[in-house]
Amino acid sequence: MKHTISVLVENKFGVLARVSGLFSGRGFNIESLAVAPTLDPSTSRMTIITRGSDAIIEQITKQLHKLIDVIKVVDHTKEEHVEREIALAKVNAEPSNRAEILRMTEIFRGKIVDVSSKTYTLEVTGTGSKIDAFLEMLKPLGILEIARSGKVAMTRGRKSLG
Amino acid sequence: MEFTGAQIFVKSLLELKAKTIFGYPGGVVLPLYDELFKNPELRHILVRHEQGAVHMADGYARATGDVGVALVTSGPGATNAVTGIATAYMDSVPIVVFTGQVPTALIGNDAFQEADIIGITRPCVKHSYLVRNVKDLARTIAEAFYIASTGKPGPVVVDLPKDVITTSCEYHFPTKVSIRSYSPTRVGHPRQIAKLADILCEAKNPVLYVGGGAIASGASEELAKLATITKTPVTETLMGLGSFPSDHELNLGMLGMHGTYRANMAITDADLIVALGARFDDRVTGKLDEFAPNATIAQIDIDPTAISKNVKCHLPVVGNLKENLSKLNDIIAKRTIDWDKKGAPWLATIAKWKAENALKYSQKKESIKPQFVLEIINEITGGDAIYTTEVGQNQMWAAQYLKLNEPRTFLTSGGLGTMGFGFPAAIGAQAAFPDKVVIGIAGDGSIQMNMQEMTTAVQSRLPVIIVILNNGFLGMVRQWQELFYDGRYAYSCMEAQPDFVKLAEAHGALGFRVTKPAEVKPTIEKAIKARRPTLIDCVVDREENVYPMVPAGAPINKMLLA
Ligand SMILES: Cc1ncc(C[n+]2csc(CCOP(=O)(O)OP(=O)(O)O)c2C)c(N)n1
Repeated sequence: MKHTISVLVENKFGVLARVSGLFSGRGFNIESLAVAPTLDPSTSRMTIITRGSDAIIEQITKQLHKLIDVIKVVDHTKEEHVEREIALAKVNAEPSNRAEILRMTEIFRGKIVDVSSKTYTLEVTGTGSKIDAFLEMLKPLGILEIARSGKVAMTRGRKSLG
Repeated sequence: MEFTGAQIFVKSLLELKAKTIFGYPGGVVLPLYDELFKNPELRHILVRHEQGAVHMADGYARATGDVGVALVTSGPGATNAVTGIATAYMDSVPIVVFTGQVPTALIGNDAFQEADIIGITRPCVKHSYLVRNVKDLARTIAEAFYIASTGKPGPVVVDLPKDVITTSCEYHFPTKVSIRSYSPTRVGHPRQIAKLADILCEAKNPVLYVGGGAIASGASEELAKLATITKTPVTETLMGLGSFPSDHELNLGMLGMHGTYRANMAITDADLIVALGARFDDRVTGKLDEFAPNATIAQIDIDPTAISKNVKCHLPVVGNLKENLSKLNDIIAKRTIDWDKKGAPWLATIAKWKAENALKYSQKKESIKPQFVLEIINEITGGDAIYTTEVGQNQMWAAQYLKLNEPRTFLTSGGLGTMGFGFPAAIGAQAAFPDKVVIGIAGDGSIQMNMQEMTTAVQSRLPVIIVILNNGFLGMVRQWQELFYDGRYAYSCMEAQPDFVKLAEAHGALGFRVTKPAEVKPTIEKAIKARRPTLIDCVVDREENVYPMVPAGAPINKMLLA
C-alpha cells in the first residue's frame, strides 16, 4: 500500500544522502521525495511517498527514526491529511490549439506562467491523480517537457510536525 | 586561550578518558601525530595496516565496554579502515574512527589522497561527521563518543580536514552533550514488563534467548537472577556467549546453524521465547516459517528496528536490557510460584535431549582434533582469559567448546563474519588488559589476512597468544563443499602455506609447532609463561567437520549430527 511519510530532519550537510541511502541500501521503495527547510531554518521537512506491506512500512519508519539527524517521523496514511503536488508542463502552442490549451488550463485551475512564440508553460497544483489527469488531457496537444515536484503533505487540524 | 585543532583533538580525547589510540600516520594527520608525540599519556599503538587499527579499537571496546579509538590518514588510510568499521557496525561495538581529510578548500577536487569516506561508510556507521570548522571540533568529538556508546552502540566516523586541525580557536569542552534528535529509550513500558512477567509465570516450555545486547548493556547479573529464580533455560547467540556461565546447568549453549542439539530442540518446542538483546538473525532462525511454531515471542531490545524484523514479536519491550530485566526481576520476586516444580518437566525433557546428543568428538592417539585443543585451553585457563576467534570452523568450535565464565571474554565477528578480525582484536584486548591471558583462536586461512599485525604486538609488547587450528584448508568452505557440492574442493585448499613458526620468528615473536596430542598442553603452558607474543601452529585433523549443522535454509531442528 502507498504511504505518505513526513520526516523532520536537521537541516545539515549530508542528511538527504543518509535518508535516500537508507531506502536504497535496505531495498525500500521510494516513489517521490520532496525536501525544503521549514520555518525554523535549522530543520528541513521531507515528504516521502513509498509503498510496502505493514511490516515494511513499520521498518521504514523505525529505521528513519534511528538516523541520528531525524527529529520526527509521521506516517500520514492513517489520518486525515492534505497532499499537494505541483507540475510544470511545456506544450506546443500552435495558433490552432492555443484556445484548447487555455480551456484545459482553466478547467484544472492551472496557470500559464511563461509564453514564447511556439510554446506555453503551464502550472498546475493538486493531488497526484489530478495532475495525472491534466497531463493526460494535454498529451494530444503535444507536451515538450514536464517537471513534477513530488508530493508534500500535512495533517488536517491542529496537529503539527513542528 | 586559543589552541589548534590538533591540540583540541588531544585535549578532548583526554577529557573523555581515552587511554589508547590505534593508528597509522600519513600526510594530512601529521599535525595530530605531532600533538600525540607531545602527549605520551595518550598511548598510541602503531599498527601495520589500518584494518588492523580498527579491529584493535573494536577488540579494545568489546573487552572493556569503553569506546575504542582509531586514527587513520585520508584516502587509502581511510578506505583500509572500512572493513573494520563495517565489522563494528554489524556487532554494535562502540568505536570512534578519526580519518584525516584533505583541506576543506580541496574537498571534491579529486585532491591527492582524497576519498569521500563519509559517503563510503554511510551505510555502515551509526553516525558520521565531517568537521568543517575548528570551532565545532570539541563538541563533535564529545558527540561522537556519546553516540557511539549510548543506546544501541556503534561506530562513529569523524572526518578531519587538514585545515581544521591546523587552525586555532578557543577551547571549551562541552560539559554535557544533548542532541535534540537523539534520545535513546532506556526504560520500557511498565505494563509491557508486567505482561512479560505474567506470561513467563504461565509458560510451560520457556526459553531465554540471549544475544549481544546482554553483553553491551552489562545485563549478566540480572539475566542470571531471572534464569535461576524462574528455572528458565538459557540459550545464547554467538554474540551472547559469555553473558551466562557456560557450565551453568540451565545453559543450553549456543543455538542456530551450529548450535547444540538441545538448544535447537528447545527453541523449536518452546511455548515462550524471551529474546533478550537478540535479533533473530538468519543463522539463528534457520527456515523462518518453521521457526518455533508454537512459541509466543517476547522481546526486550534497545533497538526498535530489531523488534518484529524477522520474526513477529507478540510482546515488545523497547529499552535498555539491564534496566528492564531488573524491573522484570522485581515483579517476578513478588510472585509466589513453585518455580522448581513448574520447571521440572521441561528441564527433564531438555536433559533427555542432552543425553541423546551432546557435543562430541573422538580424539585418537596420533592426530590432533581441533576440539581437543580448545578443551586443553579450558583446562589450563579455567576460563580466566579473553578469547578472540577468526571466522570459519575455528570460530564455531571455539563457540561450542570454550568455557566462559564472564561477559566480554569471547570476542568474535558475528554479524559481518570478518576473517582477519580475531588477531588484531586480541591485540586490542591485550592493550586494555596487559596482565590478562589473551588467546586468539585462528584458522590457517584467516590468520594470513592480518598476520602483519604480529609486529604491532612485538613493538607494543603485547603478549597475545595465537593458536592456529591448522587444517590446511579454508575449513568451513571445505565443509560446505564436502556436504553440499559433492566434495568438489574448489580453491579451498591452502596448498602452499607459510612456515608459521618461522613467520612468527621473523616478526620477532615466539613460534611453536604442535603435531601430537600430547604436545598441546605443555606448549600452551609454555606460551602463557613466556609473556611474549606467541604463535602456536597446531596441525589438526584436516577434514574434521563442525557438528551439529543446520543446512542453510532448513529448519533448526533438522540438524546434521555427524
Ligand atoms: C574476509 C573474508 N573473506 C571470505 C570469507 C568467507 N569464509 C568464511 S569461513 C572461510 C574459511 C576460513 O578458513 P580458515 O581461516 O582456515 O578457518 P577454518 O574454517 O579452517 O577454521 C571463508 C573463506 C570471510 N568470512 N571473510
